[in-house]
This record gives sequence, C-alpha cells and structure tokens, in this order.
Amino acid sequence: MLAYYLKLAWLGARRAPVITALMILAIALGIGVTTTTLTVHHLMSSNPVEHRNDVLYAVTFDNWDPNEPWDEDRPELPPGDVTWIEAGAVLNSDVPDRKTVTRGVAFTLEPGSGVGAKPLMRDGLATTADFFAMFDVPFLHGSAWDARADRDAEPVVVLSKQTNEKVFGGENSVGRTVRLDSRDYRVVGVLDDWRPTPKVYSPSSGAFHEPEDVFVPFSRATQLEMQPNGNVNCWKPEAIGNFRDFLQSDCVWIQAWVELRTPRQVERFQAFMDGHVARQKALGRFPRPLNNRLYRPDAWLERHEVVQDDNRVLLGLSFAFLAVCTLNVVGLLLAKFMGVAGRTALRRALGASRREVFRQHLVEVGAIGLVGGVFGLLLGAAGLAAMRRLYENYENLTQLDFATAGLALALSLAAGVAAGLYPAWRVCRVQPASHLKTQ
Amino acid sequence: MLDMQHVAKVYRTDLVETHALRDLCLRVEQGEFVAVTGPSGSGKTTFLNIAGLLETYDGGTYRLDGEDVGRLSDDARSRLRNEKIGFIFQGFNLIPDLDVFDNVDVPLRYRGFEAAERRSRIERALELVGLAARRHHLPSQLSGGQQQRVAIARALAGEPRFLLADEPTGNLDSLMARQILDLLEHVNRQGTTIVMVTHDPELARRAHRNIHVMDGQVADLKPFQPSAARPAA
Repeated sequence: MLAYYLKLAWLGARRAPVITALMILAIALGIGVTTTTLTVHHLMSSNPVEHRNDVLYAVTFDNWDPNEPWDEDRPELPPGDVTWIEAGAVLNSDVPDRKTVTRGVAFTLEPGSGVGAKPLMRDGLATTADFFAMFDVPFLHGSAWDARADRDAEPVVVLSKQTNEKVFGGENSVGRTVRLDSRDYRVVGVLDDWRPTPKVYSPSSGAFHEPEDVFVPFSRATQLEMQPNGNVNCWKPEAIGNFRDFLQSDCVWIQAWVELRTPRQVERFQAFMDGHVARQKALGRFPRPLNNRLYRPDAWLERHEVVQDDNRVLLGLSFAFLAVCTLNVVGLLLAKFMGVAGRTALRRALGASRREVFRQHLVEVGAIGLVGGVFGLLLGAAGLAAMRRLYENYENLTQLDFATAGLALALSLAAGVAAGLYPAWRVCRVQPASHLKTQ
Repeated sequence: MLDMQHVAKVYRTDLVETHALRDLCLRVEQGEFVAVTGPSGSGKTTFLNIAGLLETYDGGTYRLDGEDVGRLSDDARSRLRNEKIGFIFQGFNLIPDLDVFDNVDVPLRYRGFEAAERRSRIERALELVGLAARRHHLPSQLSGGQQQRVAIARALAGEPRFLLADEPTGNLDSLMARQILDLLEHVNRQGTTIVMVTHDPELARRAHRNIHVMDGQVADLKPFQPSAARPAA
C-alpha cells in the first residue's frame, strides 16, 4: 500500500500545489536552520578518537599555585598542560604501552630552488614517534620516525599532505630533504588527509584549527632550543635566564598522553604519577594537595569545554524554530486535509478503515517532510558555506557530513509526521455519511 | 439477510432532537431489488446509511447476513462494508484526479487483493458497464451517465452481496436514467441484492418491492416476490 499512498500523496500535491509548496518551504526553513547549527554542534561535540577512547589518556599534574587554583570556576582541576620535568617523567615511565608529548613549534620552511619560491611560515608539532600510532594518524607515504630518532634528536620530519604538495608537488618525498629554519631535515613520512575535529591532542591551542603542517621529534626541538609556539603558563616568579632555566621551571606548556590498555595499567600509572609527585614534593615542588588526573579523550574535550554554551543555546533555538515551522505545517495540513474530507469520506464508505486513512495521510505528510528535508539540506549547505566565508578558522566545523545529513532527513520526516498526526487523526474521524451527499 | 428490527436513529444538537428513524423494521432477502421511497426528510437516506454501515443507530438491532453489526468495531464495519456492500450515489462520487481504472480500483485496494486480481476484476467490471475502452479517461472526460456507470463498476468490482443506491439516476436525463436502471436490473439478475432509494415513482415501479418510508418508519411494505414470479424487465 505504500506505493499507492505515495501516488495519492503526489496527486494531493498536484491538487494543491501552493499549500504543498508552503508546507515544504516551512519544513525546509526549519531543517535548513537546524542542519546548520546541528552540523556545527555535531562536529564540535564529536570525538575524533572515539574508537580509542578507552585506551588513550591525557596526563595532568597539579603543580599549580597553592593560593590560587588553575581554574577559579573549577578549582578541582589541575592545569591542562605539564612542565618539561613532568613530560620527561611520562616519557621515562615504563607503565604505558605508548606515550607521547607534544608542543607547538613554528618553522620557516624553504620550499627549494624553484623560481619565485619564497620561504613559508609553517606551524609545527614537536612530538614523539608514538604520537602517530596513538592518534591513528594516516600516512600517504612513508611512516613515523623511529625510537632512535627520538632518542638521538635526529633531523627527520613528517609533512602534512598540503605541505608536501606545496613543497614537492605532491610526489612521494620520503627520503628527500626539506629545509626548516635553515637546517636540513630528511622526510620520513607524508600524511594523508587528516583533520581531527576537535583537535583532541591539543584543544587548548585551538580546538577547531587545522592540524600542524610539520612534525619533528620533540627531542630535536628541545636540543635546538626552539621556542614554544603555543600557550605557556607560569604561576610564580622564577629566574629564567636561558632555555635550560625555562625547561626546569614550573611553567606548563607541554601536552602529555599515554596509552593504557587495562584497568590495572591505569592503576599502575596513577601510582607512578603519585610517586613522581611525592618525590617532587620532597624537592620543594607541588605545593598543592595531590591531584594528578588522567582524562579519556571525551572527558578531555569536555574539560576544555569545546562545545560552548552559546552553541547549545543556538541549537536549542534552532529546534524551537523547527517546532514553530512544524506548527505552521499543522495548520496548513488541517486546511488541506479537511478541504478534501469528502474524498476521505468516500474512501471510508468504500471500505477504508480509519487506520488506513490515517496511514495514507501520514505517508503524505512524511513525503512532504522528506522533500522539505532535502530542500532544507540544500539551505543548510548554503548556510554552512556562508559560515565558511565568514569564519576562516572554522572550516572544519562547517562541513556537512553524512551523519548530520541523515539526521536532518530523519528530523524532517519526524517533523512532517509530527505535524501530520493531528490533521491525519482529525480526517480519519470524518463520518462518511456526513460528507457523501455534498461530494 | 438484511434484517432491521425496531431500529431508531436520533440526531441531536444542543437545541433539537430529530428522530430520523423510529422503530423501523425491515427485512430484505437475498436477490431482491427493493425500492425505498418517501418524501424528503422521511428518513430514506438515514436508512440507507445505516444499512450501508456508514452510520450507527441508537436503538434496535440490525443483522447483516446474520451478523449483529451493532456489536462491531469501526474497523470491522469498514471491512464488512468493503466486502459485502457496494454503493452508488446520486452525485456519482468519483475521485476527479483518478482515471476510470483507478476509481474502480479504490475499494479493491482496501480489500488487499494482489495487483493481478485487482486488474482482472476491474476489467470485468468495466466490461460489464461498457466502459472498458475508457479506462484511462478522467471523470471530467465522461458524460454523467458514463460517470454513473463507472460508479456502478466500482461498486460491483468487489462482487458485493448488496448494492445500495441513493437516487442513482437523480442527476441524469431520462435516457441515461433508463440505461442505468437496465444495468441495475441486469446486475440484480446476476444475484446481487439491490436496495435503491428514489423519489422517482417510475423507477420504484421497476423494483420487485417498494418500501414507503414516512416519518422514519416503514409505512407500506409489500411482500417479496420470488424471482420466478417477477415481471419481465
């Protein structure tokens, strides 16, 4: 009967094109607005390493000011970043299966000897080999560097796909040399498309910014005393005369991650952290009560309040708008259905049950909802395109994905059906006898 | 087989109670062609609506093929209506944007027949009313008489035991009215029971039995003549 009901829906639309178009427009507007905000919210609240959520942990130590917590509003939180000393402790621990630390660096990249080739400023990430495996970073060519490169601070580099295209025209550049800050680095890997949204490994440096263009060993950046390109937070006056002093300070500026596969490992690593802090306390550091925390990626993103309250409010408003549009459709549907109540009465007289009449009309409103949804998706895509033009850094957040498109269509179907419930119920209660004389 | 005993129907508004049927008793046997006559407001159409399960009643009993319809749910009444009753209305009541074929198809859809079975029944019904060649015409492309023949085909396609007709020739000229009546008589001879409400005494005379309704009651009931004794049409 579905095909029959769809045919009747089509005939109904042809019979009342203006009212049908108005209903489609109302749903399209509601879905368009909802799709736009839903896309942003969905991407904001997504976890790009959801499949590794149970094994990855961000590491935090509370080395902060005894008189003033890291976050006034949430005084229980330790700082999100760690010091160089704690980063070293994490790297030296033998408890995790994998461990990594990251920090931002900035490079001047010399693209080669081509005519007109100008140096490029590029954001980089100093990290360790495990980073790539821990965050499932895809490679187009080559691979991450090895543990020896980390240990020996080798001049090796992994390039993003875009940077490889810019410098090497997209060729396989593994084994070739690229000059960063006037030093030669051997390319060991080129990434495939990779856009973790939000940037879970370092949300504090711009949760929705593009990932870095250049990746070098953390030890190399330390050896060359590269200045951090990111947040550096210090809580006490310290005599910092050189880079060595900076490394030994209580300033936090490094992100630390570990991979722990079992609850036992988590316990052991927590004990390791507490033991490390106990030893540091003996040396006069860590004046606050013991407060070392491990965060899974989802909790880490929540801690960084990646989804802002404004966005939640906007999402709520967009759903309210969809509800208003749906209410308008209710009125239009009532007018449409009751306008042809005589036909319904005739169908009832010819043997259609109330249930069949109800279903027939629900199919019609479902079809209207879906068509409205398709147009709404187009409106949503246009809205997102406009947002991309307005906000350069938020390109990641304005990509309509299949999940959101599917959800939008499901919403449009639900909106249509919700709008149609009452009118369909009303029309299926039509008494056949009262309309047949006037047919 | 259509047996109404002491059936009453009252229409109520805030101010008025109208007794459309009072203590109506009537029995129609299988194969009869019954004409129901009476002045306007006498309760003819109410009787037909109740007989066709389009309306409920307030008192008495109504058995259709032995089944007490007063106890049936709305769904069951719809099913019974679909399976056992065909309707012919004065205003034809065709769906304007469906062609002839699809109009005849409407009750069959709700019967749950497969497509091939529906097609076969529709073709037979259209053949019977002489409109097989016009199956793809819209109602607006047909004359009044042709539209009423489509309505008859629609009523017959499901092979109902009862055909209920409410002024079936009321909107037709005399020639077309005669054709429709000839067709109804033909259908009746095939075994379908027909109950026809009419104002037209000439039409009523062609029925086997006339039932005169007055003030919601049967005023004059002539006995059923067995088919062997019927006058020739």
